[in-house]
Amino acid sequence: MPTQKTVAQTGNVLVAEAMRQCAPDMMAAYPITPQTTIVEEFAKFVANGRVHTQYVTVESEHSCMSACIGASAAGARVMTATSSQGLALMWEELHIASGMRLPIVMANANRALSAPINIHCDHSDIMGARDAGWVILFAETAQEAYDNTIMSVRIAEHPDVLLPVMTTLDGFITTHSIDRAEMMDDETVTSFVGDYVPKNALLDTDHPVSHGNFAGLGGPYFEFKRSQRLAMDRAHGVVNAIGAEWSGITGRPFGMIETFGMEDAEVAIVVIGSTAGNARHVARGLRAKGVKAGIVKVRCFRPFPAAELADALKGVKAVAVMDRSESFGAEGGPLFLEVRSALYDLADRVPLVDYIYGLGGSDVKTELIERVFTDLSDIASGATAPAGLTYLGTR
Amino acid sequence: MSWDISGMAGWKADDFPLGAVIPDSGNSRDYVTGGWRSQRPVRDEAKCTQCLFCWIYCPDTAVYVVDEKVTDFNLDHCKGCGVCAKACPSDAITMVPEGCELPEVQ
Repeated sequence: MPTQKTVAQTGNVLVAEAMRQCAPDMMAAYPITPQTTIVEEFAKFVANGRVHTQYVTVESEHSCMSACIGASAAGARVMTATSSQGLALMWEELHIASGMRLPIVMANANRALSAPINIHCDHSDIMGARDAGWVILFAETAQEAYDNTIMSVRIAEHPDVLLPVMTTLDGFITTHSIDRAEMMDDETVTSFVGDYVPKNALLDTDHPVSHGNFAGLGGPYFEFKRSQRLAMDRAHGVVNAIGAEWSGITGRPFGMIETFGMEDAEVAIVVIGSTAGNARHVARGLRAKGVKAGIVKVRCFRPFPAAELADALKGVKAVAVMDRSESFGAEGGPLFLEVRSALYDLADRVPLVDYIYGLGGSDVKTELIERVFTDLSDIASGATAPAGLTYLGTR
Repeated sequence: MSWDISGMAGWKADDFPLGAVIPDSGNSRDYVTGGWRSQRPVRDEAKCTQCLFCWIYCPDTAVYVVDEKVTDFNLDHCKGCGVCAKACPSDAITMVPEGCELPEVQ
């Protein structure tokens, strides 16, 4: 019988608890703000015998992901966590982990990239890794960070997927704020994630394999990339199925996108991560005043739920996409590019504008979101949409 | 060999082993890499003392030995690095450029 207890904890502690409950065989750990307390909490669990994990301290994130790849190829269930510059330093290994089809689970505390140096939240780090072949989940709250982490193990290890998964939460806002959350009992999580049965484990000496092989000129490199594409396409259904299964146990809803007020929305904001809470709060207030405002939160970014987004935004009079990272020189931020692409095939064009906001932890006050809704209402009633993207809240 | 790769040229994405693993051991002998070579070792049997230094030093284990005697080089895997010629204490191995015996070169 699943039993949950209400806890007041930070997002990072809840991610560490989720990882403990999923009992990885190996964790590679390297500290970086604002992720550090995940591996720190986990180290305590190991020291106190609450989880039997080979805890490997490494000298850099480059080594960290390399150690994870080695351990995963050996046949272990592997987890780690990183952030910002650390994720950037892992860049080449991120592609190796996905190309080798190793179901590593990594938490990322979303944080700005240098320069100038900054330790606060934005999505520059994770969006920079969006083409690395990992499944990418975003959490709005500590609760979602906890749930996403547990689901990540099942998604990564699913035989139709076998891809690494990043479970992300917004730096400081979600990683360090104490939040109310429901934590599942250990036994329920253990049975939900099940035992990991690795495919092609190096330590399975009865079935010798070699990993990390060459597929050069004239070889099947192209075919291997296509097989990753197919796995990521299949991940779409798997994410939904695992989400529904965990949702059935916890009673908490899960969707690759989650909507508020979209049944009749005329103006809508598409948003990722912690800002969704503020946006929903503003939309709720506006709806009380008769404005048909809606919110679409993207919880799974890879695979991207394009069809779901198109369906949710169909017929809306004006839509704003909120990007917490830049794609300098592009038509908009990474989320905008995805959303506009998702809407392209709709018979009726939905007016779409992009707002770059909150870079380097810049505050996202409710007034800023109200301003976006005001712009949207103007566009919906015939005003010309601003050309290009808008920097929201800069001086 | 339990892994049959004879039809590989026609394989589609999902026909390949997951993550580019080679799901078998000891099959590098089936993968011919000697084509990289630009020069080949030629052994003078009269000078060779059968010390087996070439066999010890060859980084590609491309020296055939039968009954503790060097018999030949495995040109399917020899890369022509010349380590054997360098290691040979009797100067019994000469590196000969590949292709020089072809009529158009002569």
